[in-house]
Amino acid sequence: MPKTLLEKIWDAHAIVTREDGASLLWVDRHFVHEGSFHAFGMLDHAGRRVLRPDLTFGVTDHYVPSHSRALPIADPEVAGMIDRLRGNARHNGFDLMDPNDPRQGIVHVAGPEQGLTLPGLTIVCGDSHTSTHGAFGALGFGIGASEVSHVLATQTIWQRRPHAMRIAIDGTLPAGVAAKDLILSIIGKIGAGGATGHVIEYAGSAIRALGMEARMTICNMSIEAGARAGMVAPDDTTFAFLAGRPRAPRDFDAAVAAWRTLPTDDDARFDREITLSAAEIAPTVTWGTSPETALPITASVPDPAGASDAAGRGRIAEQLDYMGLQPGQALDGIRIDRVFIGSCTNGRLSDLRAAAAVLRGRRATVPGLVVPGSVPVKRQAEAEGLDRVFLGAGLQWGEPGCSMCVGMNGDLVPPGERCAATSNRNFVGRQGPGARTHLMSPAMAAAAAIAGALTDVRRLA
Amino acid sequence: MTAFVTLEGEAVAIEAANVDTDQMIPARFLRKDRNAGYQNFLFHDLRQDPAFPLNGHAPVVLVTGPNFGCGSSREGAVYALVDAGVRCVIAPSFGDIFASNAAKNGLLTITLPESQLRAVRSELPGRVAVDLPAQCIRWPDGRTDAFEIDPFRKRCLIEDLDDVALTFEHRAAIDAFCARDRSGRLWAQPG
Repeated sequence: MPKTLLEKIWDAHAIVTREDGASLLWVDRHFVHEGSFHAFGMLDHAGRRVLRPDLTFGVTDHYVPSHSRALPIADPEVAGMIDRLRGNARHNGFDLMDPNDPRQGIVHVAGPEQGLTLPGLTIVCGDSHTSTHGAFGALGFGIGASEVSHVLATQTIWQRRPHAMRIAIDGTLPAGVAAKDLILSIIGKIGAGGATGHVIEYAGSAIRALGMEARMTICNMSIEAGARAGMVAPDDTTFAFLAGRPRAPRDFDAAVAAWRTLPTDDDARFDREITLSAAEIAPTVTWGTSPETALPITASVPDPAGASDAAGRGRIAEQLDYMGLQPGQALDGIRIDRVFIGSCTNGRLSDLRAAAAVLRGRRATVPGLVVPGSVPVKRQAEAEGLDRVFLGAGLQWGEPGCSMCVGMNGDLVPPGERCAATSNRNFVGRQGPGARTHLMSPAMAAAAAIAGALTDVRRLA
Repeated sequence: MTAFVTLEGEAVAIEAANVDTDQMIPARFLRKDRNAGYQNFLFHDLRQDPAFPLNGHAPVVLVTGPNFGCGSSREGAVYALVDAGVRCVIAPSFGDIFASNAAKNGLLTITLPESQLRAVRSELPGRVAVDLPAQCIRWPDGRTDAFEIDPFRKRCLIEDLDDVALTFEHRAAIDAFCARDRSGRLWAQPG
């Protein structure tokens, strides 16, 4: 019987299946971070220990300061959370990338970088963007603190088999159009709940042509369409990325031979199929407070009067009010107050290169913060002189972490200010109380920094 | 968590679609210890608006729009609801991770079609009764609706079971899987 990539991984990890259809899945990699203290608290409370410290990996990312790695960390609550994670790592014997570790970074950047993320694995973390790891042909998904505690204690998790959706994108992405534009367009098309209960497999020639970092950007935002996970079948691009990584399998050839059996079989069935043409994708930005409000930069903000029912009218009007926008206003030209370039969506080397290519020799007209996704990304960017491009343009160059995407470390957009951001969520208050976020690609954020407004990067090229 | 059987009390409507967990509990409160009183963080920023539907009410049931609890995996969103006394959320659909987190904390999530809920929301606030064993809701006008729930989730809510202990009932199967896996998938071990 032909199987999908999802079914192959599922069947290889299902230990038992209950009468109600839920399966107990083995977990190959469990990433924890300093925000996972609730889960460790539950574990301690129950008098349990981490069952498989060899498969548990600690990373500091959510709360680490962006401005300095000097110790002690000034915010005592943050210092305390990192100390607790350090204590839990020591007590249970698992590896920790603390703030001064040369491997430190955002969990969804550092995991793949270290070769911990591999095709065919099940990967969980108490963070919804764990869907990122699906770019390698793994099943990666986010879980809550109670489930983290369960995985710590048992190295397993109960899950119902999700539905399978395939989104096939054929053709070539036009110049100036990036993976971020593609995934924002997909979310705009299917909606913020469009893939709830599903795992999305991204396929087609446009996906095959993408590098691993671009595939990670796409899988990362699967959760913004409600998907449990996103996946791309592993191929030579995947294997080339992994070869020589510190924690990659020692017998790499044997691993590749196993991984080559993973892609979806030709006649496998999906519950839903969607096809898109890459040639039709334009640089895309969001206008509202859900990632589903994605539109081409050439479009205009919607008018509530155009909605089909009262609920739709209310929804648009509420978002326009929060965002401080007028019905029918052109997206191109909306003034911004600052930019943020970074996050687990767009904080990798290729993202920084794309932003720097636009900014090189130009000045930003608004303040902005550029935060590399990991220490290795930062070092390589500095070796290439990208930091000097950003600093020369008048932007700040930060230390690796989640930073202004989630604002937990104090990097906030002030109330009422408008931020062009390469992150993943434009929710009400996401970047700080009253903050207004427009999501876009690194090149588009760089163009916005120069123009001081949302603008079409293709005009600057 | 507290075992769930039946409840009766005030239900309040939140009309919006895609209510994300960032709105339910802004990120800056997630660093707080579990006993810090998470009810004070529930919809913290939205509650600054006097017209926010929860202001002046202490509902046990929320009836909301589709895709409730989308976004971040933060379990703090559920802690905030539960600490505020909310025991049940009724919506056309839920974020997957939110629904799992809810079940782990004794918060019942009920899925009913939007066509049915639109009319109900316009009658709220009002008193409703939720009977989990009978899988039935009584609305303020006395009308009743049946609802579906995964039988295992239902049992966990009613009996307040320890997840880890239940999983370890399968310890032999887990150990057998590991033994098989160690030789069968050498490449899956971290190098």
